Amino acid sequence: MKQDLSRASEIIERYDCAEHNLIAIMQEIQAEYKYLSQDVLLLIAQKLDISAARVYSVATFYENFSLEAKGKNIIKICDGTACHVRKSQPIYEAVHQYLGLTGKKKTSDDGMFTLETVACLGACSLAPAMMVNNEVHAKMTPESALELLESMRREEAAQ
Amino acid sequence: MKMAKLPRETFHVRQLTAKNALKRSTQETTVLVCAGTGCVANGSMKVYEYLKNACQERGINVAVSLREEAGEKGIHLKKSGCHGFCEIGPLVAIEPMGIIYTHVHEADCDEIIEKTLLGGEVIERLLYQFEGKTYRSRDDIPFYKGQKRVLMKNSGKSDAEDINEYIANDGYAAFEKALFEMTDVEICNTIIDSGLRGRGGGGFPTGRKWDSVRKNKADVKYVVCNGDEGDPGAFMDQGVMEGNPHSIIEGMLIAGLATGASEGYIYVRAEYPLAVERLRIAIAKAEEMGLLGDNIMDSGFNFHMHINRGAGAFVCGEGSALTASIEGKRGMPRVKPPRTVDHGLWEKPTVLNNVETFGNVPQIILKGAAWYRSIGTGNSSGTKTFALTGNVVNTGLVEVPMGTTLREIIFDIGGGIKNGKKFKAVQIGGPSGGCLTEEHLDMPLDFDSLKKLGAIIGSGGLVVMDEDTCMVEVARFFMHFTQNESCGKCVPCREGTKRMLEILERIIHNEGSEEDLDLLEELSNTISSTALCGLGQSACKPVMSTLKYFRNEYLYHVRDHHCPICDGAKRHPVIDPEKCKGCGKCRKNCPMEAIEGSAKKPHVIDGAKCINCGACIQNCPFGAIEEG
Repeated sequence: MKQDLSRASEIIERYDCAEHNLIAIMQEIQAEYKYLSQDVLLLIAQKLDISAARVYSVATFYENFSLEAKGKNIIKICDGTACHVRKSQPIYEAVHQYLGLTGKKKTSDDGMFTLETVACLGACSLAPAMMVNNEVHAKMTPESALELLESMRREEAAQ
Repeated sequence: MKMAKLPRETFHVRQLTAKNALKRSTQETTVLVCAGTGCVANGSMKVYEYLKNACQERGINVAVSLREEAGEKGIHLKKSGCHGFCEIGPLVAIEPMGIIYTHVHEADCDEIIEKTLLGGEVIERLLYQFEGKTYRSRDDIPFYKGQKRVLMKNSGKSDAEDINEYIANDGYAAFEKALFEMTDVEICNTIIDSGLRGRGGGGFPTGRKWDSVRKNKADVKYVVCNGDEGDPGAFMDQGVMEGNPHSIIEGMLIAGLATGASEGYIYVRAEYPLAVERLRIAIAKAEEMGLLGDNIMDSGFNFHMHINRGAGAFVCGEGSALTASIEGKRGMPRVKPPRTVDHGLWEKPTVLNNVETFGNVPQIILKGAAWYRSIGTGNSSGTKTFALTGNVVNTGLVEVPMGTTLREIIFDIGGGIKNGKKFKAVQIGGPSGGCLTEEHLDMPLDFDSLKKLGAIIGSGGLVVMDEDTCMVEVARFFMHFTQNESCGKCVPCREGTKRMLEILERIIHNEGSEEDLDLLEELSNTISSTALCGLGQSACKPVMSTLKYFRNEYLYHVRDHHCPICDGAKRHPVIDPEKCKGCGKCRKNCPMEAIEGSAKKPHVIDGAKCINCGACIQNCPFGAIEEG
């Protein structure tokens, strides 16, 4: 299925098709489409009148850009120093296992969740922290993390 | 020339109106709900909404911003900036009673309204309790008592989203003074005389930086604020951006006046959505009022502000990488010189300072260089904010004068080590810093004393570690971080950190040798003298400093092949006497002759000789030996 790129076009034009806005453009498109597809990257290159290689080089440099489709909900487990010393690793492992992820796979089979780590959420006093979409959850344990995901699944099922 | 949106006289009227409104509001009941990232994560916005609705249901007049008109009665409900003591949040302060409630949830709100707001009664159970004592007001709590708040003076006490409240607290008065009463040279000299040094890590004198940009002749110059606070374990800049965004804008405006720049950029890391939101609101309000834009207060001075969101690259905290990122490129550092003050953003002279640095500027202009110099130590004046985290009782944002000792911060303000454990070390300056130990507890913390020890103040992250933390694992953690964040441009950092990480992984798994330690030192020296940027040059600091102060812990891993901290006290396999038939196979296969026992009798492993190789376990036909 061909992706509808009209929203992407609008966003690029809103930023005046200016090259220095490349990062902001990709951020906004990703917020809309959840990831940057090959078609989107080519469209950006064409509209900004720069090479596709240049667009690709920036898209792959920054951690936040994803070239693959992500799940509906993005879970970021903080592995900053403060969270690390207050044991964030077991939380990551528990969620990883719960979502049935293996190897490089970051998204659960049902497309509900994508699991990532983040260097620091700045909520170090409440370590270990975890971010679900844009909401920070404080003082997590493996149990409370799984409970949260389960409640999200239940809510989804109820709708 | 365009007519000024806000003539100077109108600004004075605004100031007066705001001051009067604030004065009136201090006589009424004001409820301040903390809206910093920490408290929001704990549910403070739910508390805010609940209080608002529940008050309105009771017919109480609720004002969510300063009331310009006198006469109305009711309560003020504000979203305050971060109090800094996130551990005990969500925090709700009630003025003028001067009380602070901790761990407030929706379920407590009705009681607060009935008893405290309407009845004037204090709810004991919501007060902060520590070591058997109950504290009613914020300033009596030991966590706050040892602090001196200059930058965060109003954080937690005023509404972060209300520009009028900032103006009422002398906001933009420093800018007005600089605009009409000072020349660019005078501004630069005041900042030089104040001794303000960059709060982002390097500690370069801010005034000298500004003066270099001022002297540079160019058609366009820029002011850039580095809010890409990437050090794991640091969140001071986040606190300022969320709690006092106008102070950053004002500091940047003054930098623009001092250097002749008329464009400002704030680069905020992607992980701080709330800071971006607050800054957006602040910029929009300042533009609306006429404090940003063209011909500000009819002075002919123009200044425009932009926000750039980072996209998750730690290296963008480095100056030249940050400007590259604003230009829409890969955020990779370049060779210096030329320095940013000569060739910065779009090759133009650029003032690049950290959030905290800009935040200090307005008060220096307003109160003078001598006042600022009176705080702190000789070569490090002013205060510094630290993010105190890790295995310490009270975690949070702390602001103290430069020269305060670690002991005061960790034990007086921080309340000591969690769970009664012993203090081992504190990591300062994140992945670019080093660790300090017991012997440094009484040393005054300032730029120069730390530099001598091979650590840096850095952005100000203080991660406290107790006796249960293995320092080799800490070194590995930071190396893993730096390796992951290396931009890949220069070989020493790209390849060197990779090799160092491999060696550290080997050591952690008890598979290293003593030669590995020499190799680590050699690599550290090479990388720190050849890497292109500060990130690479300082990448080895955590390894160097842990090797220096905790060599014994490395030796546990490489010599004993067993670390009592990581691997626990049980260090060797154990033979179950019930299952052992005394066949002697384990004894014969043990390379260390660590197993004793006579035929047909249960054998025993001598822990002092055992190297934990596992040969006995593999050779036991009865499965009688359990792993250690």
